[in-house]
Amino acid sequence: MAVKVIIPTPLRAYAGKQQSVELEAATVGEALSALTNRFGELKKHLYADDGRLRSFVNVYVNDEDIRYLEKDQTHLREGDTISIVPSIAGGTRH
Amino acid sequence: MLRVREELLGRIRAHGVKTYPHECCGALLGRDSDGSREVIELLELANRRLDSPRNRFEVTPDDVRLAERTGREKKLELLGWYHSHPDAPARPSEYDRDHAWPWYSYLIVSVEKGEPRDTKSWRLQDDRSGYELEAIETADRVTSIPSGPG
Repeated sequence: MAVKVIIPTPLRAYAGKQQSVELEAATVGEALSALTNRFGELKKHLYADDGRLRSFVNVYVNDEDIRYLEKDQTHLREGDTISIVPSIAGGTRH
Repeated sequence: MLRVREELLGRIRAHGVKTYPHECCGALLGRDSDGSREVIELLELANRRLDSPRNRFEVTPDDVRLAERTGREKKLELLGWYHSHPDAPARPSEYDRDHAWPWYSYLIVSVEKGEPRDTKSWRLQDDRSGYELEAIETADRVTSIPSGPG
């Protein structure tokens, strides 16, 4: 399935400065693997050391959060658009 | 280098004072030219971290998309984020680093006992090991010189 992945601004430097990347994948998990295989530097910003997506990395398929679909097993259709959307968090040490 | 007009810095400090002892947060919209940045507008946001707003802040993906959309409408880029550290230094915490994105400017205002103190801007290093201090330039002077995290 040919799909498009929208790269958020803070990660574009790690994805050849591209706003979006076209790739072949049947599921969201496959798409993200293909993306990080192509652009290895993206991996540390998307995945924690335990191999899970970082909690502040949100993935949407055509505007639907994959947490409410089938997560990384969410099936893709030809022409789907996957968006990686940051959430922002922080705070003091105590 | 992050250029911010004194008036905008004043609004960020005032936001931190208004929400004290809770953390405030908002988006920095402006222009980036090879890492030299100018903040043109602010977008005040609600701190969505309702369970511990005194020492945490959160901007939801919907608010991030709102900030991106607002930037696009004004032909500005989403350069980064500001937040306050009530009764703590204007320095990123380990929690900040765990949750940070590269490229964005993270501007932190320290608010002690309800009074605004230091304001500093930080950028996450490529390898996520720490932050670099980003100099803030107002219209007439440089307010903090890069010297590495303290």
